[in-house]
Amino acid sequence: MATTDTQALRRTVLYDEHVKLKGQIIPFAGWEMPVRYSSDLEEHLCVREKVGIFDVSHMGEFLIKGPSALALIQKVTTNDASKLTPGKAQYSCFPNGKGGIVDDCIVYMKGENDYMIVVNAGNIAKDWDWINKQNDLGATLENVSDDYSLFSVSGPLAAATVAKLTDMPVGDLAYYTFATGTFNGIPNILIATTGYTGEKCFEILIPNEHAVKCWVDLMEAGKEFGIQPIGLGARDTLRLEMGYMLYGNDIDDTTSPLEAGLGWITKLAKGSFIDSDKLNQQKADGLKRKLVGFEMIDRGIPRHDYVLSSGGNVIGKVTSGSQSPSLKKGIGMGYVEAAFATEGTEIDVIIRDKPVKAKVVKPPFLKR
Amino acid sequence: MEFPSDLMYTKDHEWVRIQGNTAVVGVTAFAARELGDVVYVEIETEGDTLEKHDVFGTVEAVKTVSDLFLPISGTIKEVNEALQDQPELVNSQPYGKGWMIKMDVGSDPDISDLMTAEEYTKLIGM
Repeated sequence: MATTDTQALRRTVLYDEHVKLKGQIIPFAGWEMPVRYSSDLEEHLCVREKVGIFDVSHMGEFLIKGPSALALIQKVTTNDASKLTPGKAQYSCFPNGKGGIVDDCIVYMKGENDYMIVVNAGNIAKDWDWINKQNDLGATLENVSDDYSLFSVSGPLAAATVAKLTDMPVGDLAYYTFATGTFNGIPNILIATTGYTGEKCFEILIPNEHAVKCWVDLMEAGKEFGIQPIGLGARDTLRLEMGYMLYGNDIDDTTSPLEAGLGWITKLAKGSFIDSDKLNQQKADGLKRKLVGFEMIDRGIPRHDYVLSSGGNVIGKVTSGSQSPSLKKGIGMGYVEAAFATEGTEIDVIIRDKPVKAKVVKPPFLKR
Repeated sequence: MEFPSDLMYTKDHEWVRIQGNTAVVGVTAFAARELGDVVYVEIETEGDTLEKHDVFGTVEAVKTVSDLFLPISGTIKEVNEALQDQPELVNSQPYGKGWMIKMDVGSDPDISDLMTAEEYTKLIGM
């Protein structure tokens, strides 16, 4: 019988390290995770200027193998996975059959008939059920989320930090590629240059039994570069400055990939996939609403769920918003009626019942 | 973390310093830490006469928004202008340069709800 009991929060194997480092622990997506260790601003700038390390072990990893692996991935994701070659990764999402998004994800091609998909922590069970339900093609699926820890080392000095623990030529890896080799004396470790901060990023997938030692050794390796552990607070401001989506805020089961500006990972030309008919139709009809970036003209900080308006009429809602630590002003994203989505359009954010002026800009907010 | 014994405190984590008819109000070091880095303090009630527990402003950190509640009834005479350009003073000097408002509270303010430093530290489990 179903119960309404609150599910117990889970901890990554790094939990004790986070506590030792004075991490302030909060519940996030079913996990107890550090929101910050010292200060959001300090951690944010540490990643922009030096190097930071994130424990993202709560994220999920699925292995997809066998002769129908590619066919299944092509069916359940929007991007064209046939373009991948071994050692390459691609950003993608799972359409939900109703025009919305089950989750966003990264697809890694390890070899012929051998793929891995990394998904959001809060969606592991939902994604796993969904992909299995769609697997009438006979691909072999394995959920290894509980076996692996995942660290993200990010910042201009990230390559120098990671290089101290491996002979793999990590500094030469192009964006969205990966290599497998010996890391910190452990064979067969995958290091990918996928990331969520806008800085050089190395995501290192480590079997749980080695995770604590690798974390400690990475902290030690990065000491000379000023490494700091980074919490969820700075992770969110770092990704927002780049205009990267957060599932549950900017995209969800009710938002179309096209409305979200994910046309670049929605490859309608690849052939039929879940929702391809709906998305083709939507493209032909034109989009009614669009996810836009905006920055504040007048002083104020946009927040999730604040109303967006124009001339006193509601035109949409904020999905993500914050003070930008790098730009020192309020930035946000939100869905607006298509007529207001053009760059430079002035809109109002309703903050504490008052309209505060903002203008539509094209992310990334932080230009390089 | 410091909680000066010459101040009085509220359960909403504000502090009050009463000197004659004037009360200076700010947020405690505990509140500042819980909020995280303060990036915006919005107080638009200068000149208003308000009751205790009324909202007199808002403090925003990178990740959080919190209302500011008046610890004593009175008239808001002055707002700390320095916080416009340096909101981080709330974190670095919560009882000093990070003060928020000065109020006229008359000669006999109602301080029955306020706590001593000792009572406040017990409340927050320090």
